[in-house]
Amino acid sequence: MTDLATYNFAYLDEQTKRMIRRAILKAIAIPGYQVPFASREMPMPYGWGTGGVQVTAAVLGPDDTLKVIDQGADDTTNAVSIRAFFQKVANVRVTTKTADATIIQTRHRIPEAQLQAGQILVYQVPIPEPLRFLEPRETETRKMHALEEYGLMHVKLYEDIARHGHIATTYAYPVKVEGRYVMDPSPTPKFDNPKMHMSPALQLFGAGREKRIYAVPPYTEVVSLDFEDHPFEIQTFSQPCALCGAKGSYLDEVILDDKGGSMFVCSDTDFCEDRQAKGHRGALAADTAEAAE
Amino acid sequence: MNMSDTPLLKVKDLSKFYGSRIGCQNVSFELWPGEVLAIVGESGSGKTTLLNCLATRLAPSAGSVEYRMRDGQFRDLYRLNEAERRFLMRTDWGFVHQNPADGLRMTVSAGANVGERLMAIGDRHYGNIRATATDWLGRVEIASDRIDDQPRAFSGGMRQRLQIARNLVTNPRLVFMDEPTGGLDVSVQARLLDLLRGLVSDLGLAAIVVTHDLAVARLLSHRMMVMKDGHIVETGLTDRVLDDPQAPYTQLLVSSILQV
Repeated sequence: MTDLATYNFAYLDEQTKRMIRRAILKAIAIPGYQVPFASREMPMPYGWGTGGVQVTAAVLGPDDTLKVIDQGADDTTNAVSIRAFFQKVANVRVTTKTADATIIQTRHRIPEAQLQAGQILVYQVPIPEPLRFLEPRETETRKMHALEEYGLMHVKLYEDIARHGHIATTYAYPVKVEGRYVMDPSPTPKFDNPKMHMSPALQLFGAGREKRIYAVPPYTEVVSLDFEDHPFEIQTFSQPCALCGAKGSYLDEVILDDKGGSMFVCSDTDFCEDRQAKGHRGALAADTAEAAE
Repeated sequence: MNMSDTPLLKVKDLSKFYGSRIGCQNVSFELWPGEVLAIVGESGSGKTTLLNCLATRLAPSAGSVEYRMRDGQFRDLYRLNEAERRFLMRTDWGFVHQNPADGLRMTVSAGANVGERLMAIGDRHYGNIRATATDWLGRVEIASDRIDDQPRAFSGGMRQRLQIARNLVTNPRLVFMDEPTGGLDVSVQARLLDLLRGLVSDLGLAAIVVTHDLAVARLLSHRMMVMKDGHIVETGLTDRVLDDPQAPYTQLLVSSILQV
């Protein structure tokens, strides 16, 4: 592509991209710190990934291959519309294969496949402030971050144990980045928290409504908060994926009928399809194949 | 009593102006470890302004407040950086608000309210935090089966006692109290005062108590300062001031107590 064709590439104008890139660079320089940025109006409602789309638009180039997932799936509304958006405004290559993508925009999941160096994972973040529901004042939470006063985060975990007997927070589970900032990993299930630790991929977080960008650079320490006598644990599932038979992947429950029937399938559709293509079969895979025919 | 030779707090010429109005002016005094000082006066006399200036909740216009840190060194509170000041406030100090809702987190359980300071200074063992919280709830006479209830389910007196437990859990050396018995009925007041008096003498706490209720001052404090229009009009041992008031205003104040 010529230089002219990449001018104002990918929806945003050059000045806006420059502003967002500066915020991203600052975020990478201070892992876990929320950098304010002048979030733009995007042609979609707040809560649909306006922050993620701006970050993606700012880092996207003509040579990139984009993958968009929503709750792990490539074929849900949010993922399809954002993918179509970038196809239209930037004409970039798109893919559903995690391994082929250079930029992956995600809502609420980290792909099961190990990410590689050079890949960028862009998260859509609704509420970037992990302390928000404990301390409503923004002035106060900023001060708490600045002075590293994170006792309050443990008050939340204490409440969980007091009420439920274990840490019942299952998503947006707070993490400490590089031993300094406490960060909300966006509403990903805590199952994905260990994947953030020492990840070779760059992780960028964009919150459009709240106008914040933060980042976890490659190979950065990300530790989930816990108590000495109640250590951090991820969810486990009692059965394997009903389609591909995978154990140890994150499963979604799919309701089959109105009589209480349901099945559990991988939330990461690319991971599941890849396994099925390699011949792995779960308990219900044959049934669904027949039903489709 | 745990009196020692060096004061805990040295206040010199402290003044606070709100524009041209006086909040408090030229207040100087010293507070010794284990001593309870009452600041009394009518509403608008500058008691709370003074307390807030002492507790670094409000920057004074002039004067200095020096505090003897645990290492024995005096430090000017307004020359500490913010991190040091906030650390001091949640470890070595306590602040009991008149309205317990200002000092408590109303949406988390009583146990977490007491445990918050422990977690803030790095305690990461749930079992230990809970055991300490249970112990403190017992010391302020809150039944241990209420540990998982939110303060909003508590009565006014219980909330005030919970607030006290929350402040004392880190073994502070100095506690500020702003009308600790305000808004409580007399029998609950009496129990709270009894409890406070016990805790203060058991723990050897120094305390500065702001109150408009001379009975509270009489029961709790060793020494008192009478304020009027932002100035200290009289100071002395509590019994002396109340039984033999010297300043005209103090005489008026003492004679206005209703006798039942």
